[in-house]
Amino acid sequence: MSMPRLFAEALLEAPLTEAPPAPDELAMLGADFRAAARKRLGRSLSIRQVDAGSCNACELEIHALSNGYYDLERFGLRFVASPRHADVLLVTGPVTLNMREALERTFAATPAPKWVVAAGACAIDGGLFAGGYACANGVDSALPVDLRIPGCPPSPTALLRGLLALLNS
Amino acid sequence: MSSVRVDPEQWRSAVQRLADGSLGLVALWGEPGGVHMATWDRQAGISVLALGCPAGAFPSVGGHVPAAIRLERTICDLYGLTPYGAKDRRPWLDQGRWTHRHPLGPKKPPESPPYRFLDAEGEGLHCVAVGPVHAGIIEPGHFRFTAAGETVVRLEERLGYVHRGLESRMAGAAIDDAARLAGRASGDSTVAYAIAFARALETALDVEAPPRAQWLRALMAELERLANHIGDIGAVCNDAAFGLMHAHCGALREQVLRVSNLAFGHRLMMDCAVPGGVGADLSDAGAEAIGALVQVVRARFPLLVDLYDDTASLQDRTVGAGAVPGELAIQFGAGGFVGRACGRAFDARKALPYHPYDALEFEAPTRDEGDVNARVWVRIEEVRQSLSLIGQILERVPTGTARIPLPPGEGEGLALVEGFRGDVFAWVSASGGAVRRAHLRDPSWFQWPLLEAAIEGNIVADFPLCNKSFNCSYAGVDQ
Repeated sequence: MSMPRLFAEALLEAPLTEAPPAPDELAMLGADFRAAARKRLGRSLSIRQVDAGSCNACELEIHALSNGYYDLERFGLRFVASPRHADVLLVTGPVTLNMREALERTFAATPAPKWVVAAGACAIDGGLFAGGYACANGVDSALPVDLRIPGCPPSPTALLRGLLALLNS
Repeated sequence: MSSVRVDPEQWRSAVQRLADGSLGLVALWGEPGGVHMATWDRQAGISVLALGCPAGAFPSVGGHVPAAIRLERTICDLYGLTPYGAKDRRPWLDQGRWTHRHPLGPKKPPESPPYRFLDAEGEGLHCVAVGPVHAGIIEPGHFRFTAAGETVVRLEERLGYVHRGLESRMAGAAIDDAARLAGRASGDSTVAYAIAFARALETALDVEAPPRAQWLRALMAELERLANHIGDIGAVCNDAAFGLMHAHCGALREQVLRVSNLAFGHRLMMDCAVPGGVGADLSDAGAEAIGALVQVVRARFPLLVDLYDDTASLQDRTVGAGAVPGELAIQFGAGGFVGRACGRAFDARKALPYHPYDALEFEAPTRDEGDVNARVWVRIEEVRQSLSLIGQILERVPTGTARIPLPPGEGEGLALVEGFRGDVFAWVSASGGAVRRAHLRDPSWFQWPLLEAAIEGNIVADFPLCNKSFNCSYAGVDQ
């Protein structure tokens, strides 16, 4: 009977959740942007993740944001199932030509105001896969990008720093 | 080792032996003007056949061996080589959006005729089209369900959305660049791919990585298996709406990744196994941290296994759902926990033992039921095996250098490495410090088709659960 034991532990032991990292000061989000975001969205952002050709390493680390250590939802950040519910598109991968239209249609389905975050080396400029017969050169080549989070893949902490910059902490 | 050049008659005879089950299909891939096929049998191990295609065509394998159908459609998409006698001539990766058709062969302007899904006819049947963009944080792919009420009558997969042109990037790449590319075929199996590529390349150059490096690679591979199995066991339960298990498994997985980062410098150990050895040697502090991790998981994991086993409402979802008939696993040569959960006891670490697994004690657990529950249980057992393997490696890892410079030279080499998902195959032809051509075959090629069979007769709402219990790679297949 491990369920009662796990619940008891959860009540008695300190949470795993760690103090948040400082927001990414280099994210270069202008004061106007912050004011606008704060006014429209308060302190809550709904994120729709789109894999536009990632090797799935970025997805693993994005998933990790929801584990007890990072607990993304405590910041008012949450992943949503539909672009129609989203404020932010979190895009990974170099934008394969086979995914480009799907990405553009996802963006079109997201209501304004909306922001696009390019997460990972591939999403920023295509990384190892830029150009060629099957790929564009990163999210920039399909959508206007507001924030770039480098890394291959970006660690959950790096992702969190970037997303907190969006929230204007 | 190098490929054996064969004529069409010898090729056909190999296809015949694949069809009657006396050979197993390991891989089938193209190059400009020719095709290669890797086959396996218990006695001879893996052999590679090479067939020139001066007329741009080759005798179909998929016409007789269903597992080869999608591989053959890929060869046609990329190289423009036509399998004659093939029943399914539809494209697989090419969606008419690339800059060219046959980008690695005789290039032609792109074409995008409508894709014809397989027919399903009957009164009251309806279609549900899902993807490529899904509701969760998951890779893109399209699923076409035909359902009678809630029950799935037919599922057809259409992939290719994350095709990045990996094989074209690797052709002609410097060895270090090619190794980085190999590590990004499927990010969750980056260690398995890196080891497969490194071993194939080392065989091609007739050199061996130092013993310490081989043991450290195995250590990384087992850490990768541990992280993925623990994370996915939780994720399968989450898809059955049992979040408690997911929360605990997620925390445990995070600890594995943190220790991997501490020991090898990267949470997923990307680019840590390199041709010639390993990128970063393991320090005493790293070894100690891994030892402590093993203790933590040993203490924690059995509780979670009990939680899984004791929760009747969860078992109600996983037992009997998404069952794969054992004969299909054999016919398709499905490896990994998908094959082993329905009785196909193939594990590359056992079937073609490579160092240090030939010197380690472990088992490759199997089950016969082939359902979601069996796949979870095989992975639970494999977690226990990996913990034991990690313990053995930490005790016995030899000292000495962990990386050697690669000699110049040329040749061909192959390797089959057991990743968490199944056997990753790598074939490399190298010359003058660069890769001439390379091919990497993901285990998912032989597992995706089984998912179509597994979901038949289940309800549409159980698809996420069944899909997660397979956890096939989109990136690894699309590349």
